[in-house]
Amino acid sequence: MATRMFGMPVQRTEDERLITGKGGYLDDLGAGAYAAAFVRSPHAHARVRDIDVTGALDVEGLVAVYTHEDLSGPMAEPLPLLIPHPAILDGRTPYALAKEYVHYVGEPVVMVVARDRYVAEDAVGRIAVDYETLDPVVGIEAAARAERVVHAGMSDNVAAHLVQEVGDARAAIAAAPNRIELDLDIERSACTPMEGRGVYARWDGRDAMLRLYSSTQTASGVRAAVAAKLGLQLGQVEVVVPDVGGGFGVKIVHPWPEELMVPWAARALGHEVKWAEDRREHFTAAAHERAQRQHVTVGFDDEGRLLGLDVDILHDNGAYLPYGIIVPIVTSTQLLGPYKPGAYRVEFRSLYTTTAIVTPYRGAGRPQGVFAMERTMDAIAAHLGMDRADVRAANFIQPEEMPYDQGLLFQDGRPLIYDSGDYPASLEKIKKLVGWDDFTAYRDAARAEGRKVGIGLACYVEGTGPGPYEGGHVQVETSGKVRVATGLTTQGQGHQTALAQIVADELGVPMSDISVTTGDTRRMPYSVGTFASRGAVMSGSAVALAARRLKEKALRIAADALEADAEDLEIVDGRVQVRGTPSAGIELGTVAVLSNPLRYAFDEASKAATQFTGAADYTRPPVAADDEPGLEGTDFYSPLRSTFASGMHAVVVETDPETAEIRILRYCVVHDCGKLVNPLIVEGQVHGGVAQGVAGALYERMEYDSGGQLLNASFMDFLMPYASEVPKVEIDHLETPSPLNPLGIKGAGEAGVIPGAAVIAAAVEDAEGFAITRMPVSPSELFHLRRRFDKGGIAPLPGAYSRTGEANA
Amino acid sequence: MKPPPFAYHAPTTLAEALDALADVGTDGKVLAGGQSLIPLLNMRLAAPGHLVDVNGVAGLDHVSVDASGVRVGALARHADVEADDDAAAAVPLLRQGLRLVAHPVIRNRGTTVGSLAHADPSAEMTAALALLGGSVTAASTAGRRTISAADFFVGPLESSLRTGELLVDAHFPRPPAGSGTAFTELARRHGDYAMCGVAALVTLDDDLRVTAARAAYLSVAPVPLVLDLTEAVAGRTPDTADFDAAGRLVRGRLDPEGDIHATAEYRAHLAEVLTARALREAAGNAVRR
Ligand SMILES: Cc1cc2nc3c(=O)[nH]c(=O)nc-3n(C[C@H](O)[C@H](O)[C@H](O)COP(=O)(O)OP(=O)(O)OC[C@H]3O[C@@H](n4cnc5c(N)ncnc54)[C@H](O)[C@@H]3O)c2cc1C
Repeated sequence: MATRMFGMPVQRTEDERLITGKGGYLDDLGAGAYAAAFVRSPHAHARVRDIDVTGALDVEGLVAVYTHEDLSGPMAEPLPLLIPHPAILDGRTPYALAKEYVHYVGEPVVMVVARDRYVAEDAVGRIAVDYETLDPVVGIEAAARAERVVHAGMSDNVAAHLVQEVGDARAAIAAAPNRIELDLDIERSACTPMEGRGVYARWDGRDAMLRLYSSTQTASGVRAAVAAKLGLQLGQVEVVVPDVGGGFGVKIVHPWPEELMVPWAARALGHEVKWAEDRREHFTAAAHERAQRQHVTVGFDDEGRLLGLDVDILHDNGAYLPYGIIVPIVTSTQLLGPYKPGAYRVEFRSLYTTTAIVTPYRGAGRPQGVFAMERTMDAIAAHLGMDRADVRAANFIQPEEMPYDQGLLFQDGRPLIYDSGDYPASLEKIKKLVGWDDFTAYRDAARAEGRKVGIGLACYVEGTGPGPYEGGHVQVETSGKVRVATGLTTQGQGHQTALAQIVADELGVPMSDISVTTGDTRRMPYSVGTFASRGAVMSGSAVALAARRLKEKALRIAADALEADAEDLEIVDGRVQVRGTPSAGIELGTVAVLSNPLRYAFDEASKAATQFTGAADYTRPPVAADDEPGLEGTDFYSPLRSTFASGMHAVVVETDPETAEIRILRYCVVHDCGKLVNPLIVEGQVHGGVAQGVAGALYERMEYDSGGQLLNASFMDFLMPYASEVPKVEIDHLETPSPLNPLGIKGAGEAGVIPGAAVIAAAVEDAEGFAITRMPVSPSELFHLRRRFDKGGIAPLPGAYSRTGEANA
Repeated sequence: MKPPPFAYHAPTTLAEALDALADVGTDGKVLAGGQSLIPLLNMRLAAPGHLVDVNGVAGLDHVSVDASGVRVGALARHADVEADDDAAAAVPLLRQGLRLVAHPVIRNRGTTVGSLAHADPSAEMTAALALLGGSVTAASTAGRRTISAADFFVGPLESSLRTGELLVDAHFPRPPAGSGTAFTELARRHGDYAMCGVAALVTLDDDLRVTAARAAYLSVAPVPLVLDLTEAVAGRTPDTADFDAAGRLVRGRLDPEGDIHATAEYRAHLAEVLTARALREAAGNAVRR
């Protein structure tokens, strides 16, 4: 038996290419293409009165200028609302180019095509747009107050409103012996991948075919959306995704206005056109996430057990709703984490504001939900004077209660049923890893030295690997090399390695013989995309199933050739052989030759498969009625529902008593994503996630002023942490297999980021002795919180949260 | 984020450079390390018609040390100055400050003199020059002049450099005998411009008593401000001096502006805290010298 690759910490095969500068990203393509640039709205809310392009016309190298007036048919209509939902009251989407109104700074108004991007930007600078400015609506409060509305024809700013309830939460809370309320606030951040968006289109007029390259998280989605808008048949559009320098969610949105305008212009001009987004465009005109206000009311017993939980969420969805309400749905369902809430009621309003759109960013609403739940757990502990870990343990769903039905509908429209998990075991592991039980002594000793240290704990459950499906195609070439394709795209997650590991085991071939293609509609047209930690679960399962089909066929053909029973055969190192008699065998490449009966011999290998070679069986056609030529397998994996990964983070922070700097001393993670395909890759995913969690907790926020101008649209002022700000991450794993898929795996892509804000807030709170209810928190803010606390403006812990609960306590 | 069109000049001698600057007048800009200028061009916040790239001009990349101090040529990179052991021995504040300037890759390209020319009140080198009472040399087709730090920094990103002038070098004087210096700052991220920074110089007499204590501030005033804090600690030894009192002396003498990273109040508070820390460290370094 060859070594099993599944579960091995295999070095990522793509890394050498990517880290030695040999990657091929969107802007590396299309050297001869025209460049596009956009005139973007400088106002958060305005009516476009007039567009005067005459100033640009004498710019040398200018090719074309387009406004909404140049568009017709589906292109002139609003962009699609990708994920409809009955709770959406008024779903507004933008136009490819602004029609009459603009609703955020950065909205594309005019498209310029020119010889190169320099010239295109020169022309952009000379186009005069006359705007009648309208009132901006910035921030959740302003949106909720609705003194001003974002969209004409609406009487308020509520895009969607959803209530889900299990039991009678309000009655349960009213009857509970203890009750507290919390007001929580999380601000906007964003994915900010290293590579921005980008599109490069080639229109072949003779074949009437469009080849589109896009830096996207969904090739098949872009293909369908572009075909629909451009009035093309699906068969006329090929979408190829080159190397992608990060996505983190922002590139699952499609079609972007630019993603439509570029191929549209390429067809109109009969010339290749490319647009590679610059950093400022990415900040203002791509997408953000996170901003929510939450009001939590919770009733609980004297052991800290939840009796009723009532959460009211205001969610800022930005100017439009092209991706629907996935984010607040995820918040309101995943908020429950590993706990049994008693009765639960959650209500959210998704609000329009005149700012960049809000769509999923790694974690996709979970960081906010976990923030609400974990802040609540800490508040209960403070209220009862209990250990914070004990309160959590008192509320855990137990392993023997799995599968556990939370009674809600999840983001995939299917029941929120946890498939498996062992939360008490995770808690034991994290307590041990961080030294939870010894921390009080450490904190007291530090305080005696004038130092402030604190510890925090936060738990989460993450629904991963939602459907509807992904496909796998595996093919053995006559050379014995194996080609694997799956439709979803890759943005650096290591799919080439992980999927090859899976296929290597299934087929019994060395990894070095396997190549994996993702995100190419020519190789796998049926696909959904990369999001919601679904790559390994969905495509991993699909390629495993496809490889199993291929293997079955290979064994059948080899059995004929070897005059053996297929049941007695195995594949080892790319060779089909009789179990126990390895000398009796045949190379997989030769099986591939035999699988395809030929008339013509064009090389030595193919000679073996021609009509006059070998013993023919005249009773059967060369290809049997229920068979196909070639050694290939295709299959699709479509899960019943999502699989639920989980984890717990614990962090130790130190805050400077004078400067209010916040330093992370330790960051510990216990992570359970079922069976690990590759622990190295999973740990890398956790590290990256933690980095973004720390970012959202201590550094990043989108600073809009009241006029809707983004004040920090650059990496100078948007504080993405450097390597020097990201702590060392200590990881321990637990492997609770998923019963839902053939490999027992759960998703791991987003996990690391999810509890970041919650766990760091808890640790800072522990160090400071007063409640932290707003994230992120900067040294400047902590300084002001301390001032307020010193003046009695914030109650000390415990009891900091108790307002309505006091009477009962 | 592409620069607007400009004409590019690449002189190879100082004379050519000065001629080019005289020719292009107010429509021209010197290009040194480009670490500040190129982002401004790419964001189209500046649109000079001419760039005079001085990187090819011979004889401007020196870091020379003599009895008076350290002279830094216009093309000496931050990294060159930082790595120069003689310079660090003569004027320790240079290395103390330079390791806080951005990140190594930016220091490899950015010039110390360019940083002074840029006159950013958040820059470490402007504060260092101001604290030490240094000067710069400006050259033009009309001749040369020496400008003291006090006269050079006029406002945020504003200096007394005239059209057609090139800064050829800067002079950082040795601190007086018995002095120690220190540089301390707080930035949101490692290498960022500081929310507040303090460069301090403490001079001790032979009995190790403080005779002078001064501090220069970054990011809390429109120019690199220098405050004399001697009165709070005069006559005390480093271990008996009340540096916190010196910090409190700063109160009311600074009027910082708030921004998205730090409120004005917080910056003022940091100035106090960091003043005490920097003076304490400088005094310690004075003892060790
Ligand atoms: C990410 C980043 C972080 C940074 N962080 C810091 C920091 O923390 N602290 C800090 O001090 N700096 C920081 N900098 C700025 C860096 O130090 C710059 O290199 C420096 O300010 C300017 O030097 P330069 O040689 O790059 O000048 P350039 O960018 O070439 O020029 C800057 C300006 O000075 C003028 N100029 C340059 N040289 C001369 C001369 N000899 N004569 C006349 N005019 C001249 C130019 O015309 C231009 O107006 C940072 C830069 C970046 C990109």
